[in-house]
Amino acid sequence: MLLTIPEVRDALLSKRASATEITTAALQHAEAENPKTNAYLHFAPERALAAARKVDEQIARGEELGPLAGVPIAVKDVILTKGLTTTCASRLLVNYIPPYDATAITRLEQAGGVIIGKTNCDEFAMGSSNENSAFGPVRNPIDPTRVPGGTSGGSAAAVAQGTAVVALGSDTGGSIRQPASFCGVVGVCPTYGRVSRYGLTAHASSLDHIGPLSRTVRDSATLLAAISGRDACDSTSAAAPVPDYTALLDGNVKGLKLGLPREYLKDLTSETGGLISHAVEVLKSLGCEVREISLPATDYAIATYYIISTAEASSNLARFDGVRYTSRSAQSDTLADLYRNTRGEGFGAECKRRIMLGTYVLSHGYYDAYYVKAQKVRSLITQDFARAFQEVDAIVAPVSPFPAFKIGEKVDDPIAMYLSDIYTITGSLAGIPCMSVPCGTTTDGLPVGMQILTRHFDETTMFRLADAFERTRK
Amino acid sequence: MAGLSNLELTDAEVAKFQGDLNGILEHMDRLKEIDTKGVEPMAQVLFDEGEGETLRHDIVILPLSNEAALANAPQPGNGYFKVPKVIER
Repeated sequence: MLLTIPEVRDALLSKRASATEITTAALQHAEAENPKTNAYLHFAPERALAAARKVDEQIARGEELGPLAGVPIAVKDVILTKGLTTTCASRLLVNYIPPYDATAITRLEQAGGVIIGKTNCDEFAMGSSNENSAFGPVRNPIDPTRVPGGTSGGSAAAVAQGTAVVALGSDTGGSIRQPASFCGVVGVCPTYGRVSRYGLTAHASSLDHIGPLSRTVRDSATLLAAISGRDACDSTSAAAPVPDYTALLDGNVKGLKLGLPREYLKDLTSETGGLISHAVEVLKSLGCEVREISLPATDYAIATYYIISTAEASSNLARFDGVRYTSRSAQSDTLADLYRNTRGEGFGAECKRRIMLGTYVLSHGYYDAYYVKAQKVRSLITQDFARAFQEVDAIVAPVSPFPAFKIGEKVDDPIAMYLSDIYTITGSLAGIPCMSVPCGTTTDGLPVGMQILTRHFDETTMFRLADAFERTRK
Repeated sequence: MAGLSNLELTDAEVAKFQGDLNGILEHMDRLKEIDTKGVEPMAQVLFDEGEGETLRHDIVILPLSNEAALANAPQPGNGYFKVPKVIER
């Protein structure tokens, strides 16, 4: 099922296949392939077939089809789907059935999209390898002994495996871009505020995004356009107009000014560095002007990110207290015991670590030294980008210092795991759009992604550059 | 910290997390090196938006029904979430 959105549309419009046939085939294929990767936690045959029937009825009536009509889509299991179990890959929510749909889900279905299943991820989207799932790790379809990246590992694996045409993920510090890079697919973290987070289980509210994963740049652009825009249910969503991205993909990037951040490349001696350098040469051959830039606060980004994100996570996860959301510890005589036991039994190790870190950095006596200090450094990181974008139109960088690592390799070393996020968290902290586009494979055959970052709300330039680069690889 | 975070931990977890958290905080202490005098803290990503634009229109929207809100409750009762007794009489 290695179809793209235009191929699905073509099959429907030429009557070679109905949406119901495509959906049935997609469901069968995804269920058959799932044991290889553990990418899906549950499938949604009834909902998918109902959505497909609607598209077939539209075709029968000769109506205009939505941009995602009949497209099989996988959705990360931290995004709420009404009536369809949403676990956040946590023991705490094994039986949680949301009473409403996330806005991104509503919009995706209004555009004709067909949700075939919910994908595995790190518990509450915390991790960098998809090993923190209560339902077992996801395996990388390229090499099943390796991680698919995290936290949207299931969505990336499903797209790479060809069991979904496109997928939705969420990105707080690289959770779409890094798994996209590890699995050899396209992954986009849009501008903060571009896509409503209503119905996205909150991890770190000042950093959370919903975004697309796909096998082509064009498909991500189509999916993003369908879910973007102001939503009255999320006061942080932006009213900025959403361009028709795909209409602007013409392959011409001549004269575009690109910046290469010195701080990102100095320690990058691995094969990843070579592949990024090669990609930069390709971009030069397309007529881009490349210059070195400096983002001096980069060295402090990891500390800044893990203070701010854990602080926000510790308060966001306070709601899982054994009172409202399905799970409650059996042995609790007092309310205080009920909180402590439910959370102690329910959360996995990484969530506990982050809740405690976040509680610590917000606690009396440490608040200024950690939390407020980190917020100030966040300003400096954001100013670095603003300065760079006075000189250049886009920044090109690696996504991860290394390709997909072995399952179990870093799981006992949280600091090593956190450090692997170095190139993705800076863009997250600044709230700018950033994406991963495949740029080659290592000698071991492992995919490597190139990251493209642009100004706030300038996804257009990001997509145009990624698309022009993608054309050179076909 | 576990107490403040409302997390019941095993002895093995306490030992493991103590080591982890000390290591992580040591890394975080690097922030002391960077001068932030006169820098405003950034609490969220801001973008230009007209006044009132982030407010929704003042239209009555039906909230979740009591039944829907309680559907996931571990222990519902009489239209409420039930918890162990908090006040002794």
